[in-house]
Amino acid sequence: MNPALESTIGNAPVTRSEPRRHSAVYDWLASTEHTAIGRRFIATALGFFVLGGILALIMRLQLARPLLHVVGPDRYNQIFTTHGSTMMFLFAVPVMQGLGLYFVPLMVGARNLAFPRLANFAFWIYLFGGIFLYIALLSNTGPDAGWFAYVPLSGPEHSPGKRVDVWAQLITFTELSALSVAVNLIVTTFKHKAPGMSLDRLPIFVWGSLVTSFMVLFAMPAVIIASTCLALDRLVGTHFFNPAEGGDPLLWQHMFWFFGHPEVYIIFLPGLGMVSEIVVSTSKRTLVGYVPVVLANVATAVLAFGLWVHHMFATGLPQLGASFFTGASILIAIPTGVQFFCWIATIWGSKPKIDAQFSFILAFFATFLIGGLTGVMLAAVPINIQVHDTFFVVAHLHYVLIGGAVFPLLGGLTHWFPKLTGRMLSERLGFLSSGFVFFGFNLAFFPQHLLGLRGMPRRIYTYLPETEWGFWNLISTIGAFLLALGVLIFLINAARSLHKGPAAPANPWGAESLEWAVSSPPPPSAERKILLVPSRYPLWFGQLGRVVGVARDEQLVTRVVDAEPDHVVKAPIPNLMPLVTALATACLIVACIFTPWGLPVGAVFVSAALFVWFWPTDREPALDTERRFRDESEPKRVAT
Amino acid sequence: MAPYAAHSALEPAGNQASQILRLFYGYFDVSALVFTLVIAALGIALGRKSDPKTEKKEPSRAQARSKHRAITWATIATVATLIALLVASVATGHTIALLPAQSPVRIQVIAHKWWWEFRYPVSGPATQFRTAYELHIPVGRPIELELVASDVIHSFWVPSLSGKRDAIPMKHNVLVLEADRAGVYEGQCAEFCGTEHAQMRFLVLAEEAKQFEAWKDAELQSPPPPADPLRQRGLQVFMDSRCENCHSISGTDAFGTVGPDLTHVASRKRLAMGTLENDPAHLTRWINDPQAEKPGVPMPGTPLPAEDQRALVAYLGGLQ
Repeated sequence: MNPALESTIGNAPVTRSEPRRHSAVYDWLASTEHTAIGRRFIATALGFFVLGGILALIMRLQLARPLLHVVGPDRYNQIFTTHGSTMMFLFAVPVMQGLGLYFVPLMVGARNLAFPRLANFAFWIYLFGGIFLYIALLSNTGPDAGWFAYVPLSGPEHSPGKRVDVWAQLITFTELSALSVAVNLIVTTFKHKAPGMSLDRLPIFVWGSLVTSFMVLFAMPAVIIASTCLALDRLVGTHFFNPAEGGDPLLWQHMFWFFGHPEVYIIFLPGLGMVSEIVVSTSKRTLVGYVPVVLANVATAVLAFGLWVHHMFATGLPQLGASFFTGASILIAIPTGVQFFCWIATIWGSKPKIDAQFSFILAFFATFLIGGLTGVMLAAVPINIQVHDTFFVVAHLHYVLIGGAVFPLLGGLTHWFPKLTGRMLSERLGFLSSGFVFFGFNLAFFPQHLLGLRGMPRRIYTYLPETEWGFWNLISTIGAFLLALGVLIFLINAARSLHKGPAAPANPWGAESLEWAVSSPPPPSAERKILLVPSRYPLWFGQLGRVVGVARDEQLVTRVVDAEPDHVVKAPIPNLMPLVTALATACLIVACIFTPWGLPVGAVFVSAALFVWFWPTDREPALDTERRFRDESEPKRVAT
Repeated sequence: MAPYAAHSALEPAGNQASQILRLFYGYFDVSALVFTLVIAALGIALGRKSDPKTEKKEPSRAQARSKHRAITWATIATVATLIALLVASVATGHTIALLPAQSPVRIQVIAHKWWWEFRYPVSGPATQFRTAYELHIPVGRPIELELVASDVIHSFWVPSLSGKRDAIPMKHNVLVLEADRAGVYEGQCAEFCGTEHAQMRFLVLAEEAKQFEAWKDAELQSPPPPADPLRQRGLQVFMDSRCENCHSISGTDAFGTVGPDLTHVASRKRLAMGTLENDPAHLTRWINDPQAEKPGVPMPGTPLPAEDQRALVAYLGGLQ
């Protein structure tokens, strides 16, 4: 056996040499602080949100009047594909996961993530994927077969060139990143909760993040397999989806929507979690129906995997099967309804102070409700086959995703801005922003319901004047610009406060959960005390205790259900290997667009990087945990 | 431009579309009611005065119980409403599926990038005839459309008559629809199918039975050979410029099937799937440079000397 390896698993205490000092750039690139990685995720995702929004505005300009020539059809198709892909893969999922990376450890009282270097890797992979997509778009190689990339349109015969390959590999980038974050959040929540933070005390946002992480684990592999089959069809001439050779174009749709539908819930369940957090902290009341809300999250996650076929009602599937999916699609309204009732009951008799963050939540209530109701309409096969693939669906999905994810996100960012930055936002600009966003959004998207019913299909770059779609399209465009103005005000507010906002106290809202127990912004993870959690609302009632006996460079591992202390692990030492591995992986993924040899050759470099990354060092005893657990008694708990 | 054809799920002109619209209005009314109730409940909740006894405290059992009861009842009401909606949806689906379909008129619909081909089976030596853009149907009879695509997935949708159904390569889908009254109904491809997805329209012309039969008879006739020298030259240009590789004209040597059949092209209301008016000026522009009118269309430009161009347009313009 390798002597170096042996020494790390032996029982002898390992001598730890002084960690080397590194430059600031090295520290930045190698960071394993969940707060730093979470912030980068959030900031990058907001950057892509702005880019995707600019693409949306170009589309709205093109559609403002009939027969305009702002962009041609070829460019338009690249733009709408990139808009959809950006918003789903580069904004919505990463921003929710970024908030999870930042807040889940704080909210469960963990010092750091379970796998902070994996989180660092996830960030680089995500960033490289996003840059790759936009380089492709700017060089006129942007994907143009829709974010759903239906075959045979996206196949080698009908989409020659590299545009669809860019899309398929963007999927690979973002799924790798999403999976890395998902396992991180699951293990952090299950194993690094502070003592006393039993499962039935987890904040609802943490439940939302936990449930969606599991959904990522089950949904993403479907699309990875699908996009890999597509890439193989395109690159090496397989015939998974080629109808002429016995392949099945509908197989693609099944695999894509088996991922694509849960994706919607992956995006808005964390949003609903933020709504719960803000409703509780603003109303200063405990959540009415904690258990039903948690069960609603879980039920939504399970049902979400049983209704993908409602995207395929027009493909001519047997009626009986379609009815099953109608039932499932209608049922999923129940858990969401339960959450609405619980929030209203919580607010009831609390006279909440309506501040900027709460105004976003009120905007959420009205819009998301409409999105849910049109969702029930779309579940009905007869209605669906009329409005499917029309602007009615465009309106519906924006009501669900902007209403259910972006409004709560803007509320959540307002709520957590003091914690994230240590500064307070301007309330006045916050209200101004929520007003423009709400009004602009409804002006932009409500008329699209009508356009869809009146025959306007989705994904068209122009229309004839005789259609009489021009008026509502113009209104919609005006609304889109007002919505964009609202977002701009939000960003200006954030940028302004970042420099000259008043300093934030630890708990400016008098909120209940653990992230408010630390200073704003939080101290580095090594300096955080490990708390002993007395109740579901630890800052409101019960005596918050402190655990001693865990060294600065250690993390406490607790049991899944009752969060009793189990053992401690060493915090991993930051290094550049996550970045190097991400670079090697990115080269592999991009090379595969051009040649199948990209895979074996790239795999050599990725494996080499992983070998270095995981090579045991004396500074980092991989299995030290066992020894400690046996040698030392359980860490003592002392209440303060 | 020509008056616009009916093109709205809200103005049904057929049994299928009417059934669907009725169901939609039912869903709409329920949704409006639910929206009002929820927002009213939220408004009342926000307006009620604060109960300081529960602030930052676990509420007493009695306080919790009344709220839990309210949530339970609201959930029960939700479940009941959703079940009613589910039943209504399945019932409507069933009704539509069982609409009488005796002695239907069968028409094959073949979707191409980016045009619609309609094939009418007929008895007699010619087993079928082909048209493009315009789907003629008789009023009051069920029409059974057999949908298939030649290249990528398209979707056949005439909102005034029925819901949509995808046309998929190598898969035969069937859509039954019916027009209650004579009229022109616009349809459009609803599944994204590439560059010119937006310009893949078609018309459904619902006609009284007699008129429909007369149209069919006319379609079966080959146009008379051109008599005047200009049109004769036009036919020659058509053959020499390789138009016949893709297009067919009955009664001539043009047998191409890649593009629309042009036997009666002059009788159509529009050119290029509704993109252009059907008149000599637009036809000239289209032949000269289709990319300028409909970017991405597979038809190559055919720049011709002015005289040839005039002859070709005169010939095609006479194919009634």
